[in-house]
Amino acid sequence: MDIFLQQLINGLVLGSVYALVALGYTMVYGILELINFAHGEITMMGAMVALSVIGALALAAPGLPGVLVLGAGLVVAIPVCVALGLLIERVAYRPLRHAPRLAPLITAIGVSIILQNVAMLIWGKQYIPFPAILPQGRHTLYGASITDVQIAILLLATAIMLLLILMVQKTRLGRAMRATAQSRQVASLMGVDVNRVIAATFAIGSALAAVAGVMVSAYYGLAHYYMGFLLGLKAFSAAVLGGIGNLGGAMLGGLLLGLIESFGAGYIGDLTGGFLGSNYQDVFAFFVLIAVLVFRPSGLLGARVVERA
Amino acid sequence: MSSVLSLNKTRSRWLTFGLLALGLALLPFLVDAGLGRSWVRLLDLALLYVILALGLNIVVGYAGLLDLGYVAFYALGAYVYAWLSSPHFGLHLPFWAVLPLGAALAALFGVLLGAPTLRLRGDYLAIVTLGFGEIIRIFLNNLNAPVNITNGPQGINLIDPVRLGSFDLSQSHALFGYTFTGIHLTYYLFLLFTLMVIFISMRLEDSRIGRAWVAIREDEIAAAATGINTRNLKLLAFAMGATFGGLAGGLFASFQGFISPESFNLMESIMILCMIVLGGMGHIPGVIFGAVVLTLLPEALRYTGDWQRNLFGQIYIDPADLRMLLFGVALVAVMLYRPAGLLPSTRRRREFADAQG
Repeated sequence: MDIFLQQLINGLVLGSVYALVALGYTMVYGILELINFAHGEITMMGAMVALSVIGALALAAPGLPGVLVLGAGLVVAIPVCVALGLLIERVAYRPLRHAPRLAPLITAIGVSIILQNVAMLIWGKQYIPFPAILPQGRHTLYGASITDVQIAILLLATAIMLLLILMVQKTRLGRAMRATAQSRQVASLMGVDVNRVIAATFAIGSALAAVAGVMVSAYYGLAHYYMGFLLGLKAFSAAVLGGIGNLGGAMLGGLLLGLIESFGAGYIGDLTGGFLGSNYQDVFAFFVLIAVLVFRPSGLLGARVVERA
Repeated sequence: MSSVLSLNKTRSRWLTFGLLALGLALLPFLVDAGLGRSWVRLLDLALLYVILALGLNIVVGYAGLLDLGYVAFYALGAYVYAWLSSPHFGLHLPFWAVLPLGAALAALFGVLLGAPTLRLRGDYLAIVTLGFGEIIRIFLNNLNAPVNITNGPQGINLIDPVRLGSFDLSQSHALFGYTFTGIHLTYYLFLLFTLMVIFISMRLEDSRIGRAWVAIREDEIAAAATGINTRNLKLLAFAMGATFGGLAGGLFASFQGFISPESFNLMESIMILCMIVLGGMGHIPGVIFGAVVLTLLPEALRYTGDWQRNLFGQIYIDPADLRMLLFGVALVAVMLYRPAGLLPSTRRRREFADAQG
């Protein structure tokens, strides 16, 4: 029972991070029908920038409370990621909006490779440890343990997601985003500045990615220039699982994928009689992705996707 | 009048072919004499990448299906060769039996992967193939316990070179009064396979199948409406591309004598994609051009290390790290400014011009 509960906690924490990244994929896809391959790399950039700031602050002012230092890291990382997201949209995606489908996909891959390698040139190839500034508290809950960092991730992710839903449902910008997602032409006829809405979508998605990147590096205690690739792939799988283009779907898909991974890694050894171990953890996301695409391509909450020429 | 002209045309065509053949036959010796032995090795690799790029070109260039896990088929071909022709399992089957097996297995996996996913939209396919490439790599990395199948991250070594009877292609041989080293002989072997793949690609391009692929690429719904069985043809493109990938994998294993999962990572897929995008998707000369240029690029980039040392007194950017960055920039720049590639086919150029206009 305690193992079950432990995996449940781990899965939920991991899943809420996936959900944050998945939201970025799903929002861009909903509006542009474009897979923003570079999104995972923006997450990585967020983690790297935040870690640099945190590391510098921890050196310069060792007495500062950890939460404040972390906040400073986020305050720098979010604008950097937003600027990056806007730049990518402007340079690599906007000129190709009417090109054949393959073209923006290929630039997206190109951008993600550029970001990866720029990060490698700036921060090097080694793993960067997360400074020990955060409270290391550990609580026991029916035989399972949960750390302060995990609790913080869960709370923060939930709060951000609620805010996002509110924003999309209640504000003017949110309404413009929904209209643009339904039909770009009609929205622009109704006076919506489509380019601004698309830019805003990229900005919001990138900000979420920055937060998620910091969460991941705080959770695992390290960051790496290559971390965005796998994280991005998993988050995309989560978005597809929930139904791409659907905000609630991305959240549900993220949580589910986190749980699947966590339980899968925890029990795969027992299930296969020790043949496969937890080192196959990263495979689950892909099998989920393929299974969803085969059996329910529109995802759990998505509307049926119609092929458009 | 016209018959005389056509006769002249045929004659000049044969002349071009003859000169080309002579040039290709002498190339390794010229390169060996002019640039050194290591460049002949690069030449071998370039041919291998031409095969890979032409294989991926069938999937991406002709049929318009973005396959980001192409390297998985390459890996399968290489591992099949390694399993059946190395001390790892103690099997030493001849290459003419193993190469087709590897290619066939790769094709089978191509169909297995394609069958559930090809009815989906193109961008989903990109992600699924990306995932597939990673799955294969993770399995190759971990299938060393409890039963040692792939030998894990250490990889498999002492793979047999290509042997014809007692003629070992990796050794030096004296033929017709000249000494042919292993890499020279490998060049001719690879050249043979490359020419075969080029020939198949050319014949496919103008065939019913090739035209159907182009129709699918340009408008799948319209293609289906004209009676093309889009699903089967997409599967065929996938299987065909995978076959070439598997073939190249087998050749790679025999050439290197050692393989490990590290050789088959995502960046390899991206690099092959970059080759065909840069050269011109769907255009055979363009793809060959792209493959050769990008294989030789890392060697050329080595000089930037010297420049840096001369200019700044030290090396700021490792030339090897520069390579992937340049690939990324090339992908974006080509798509933005020359979407049909550096050596585009006329049809492709028109297609992109229409879309932009």
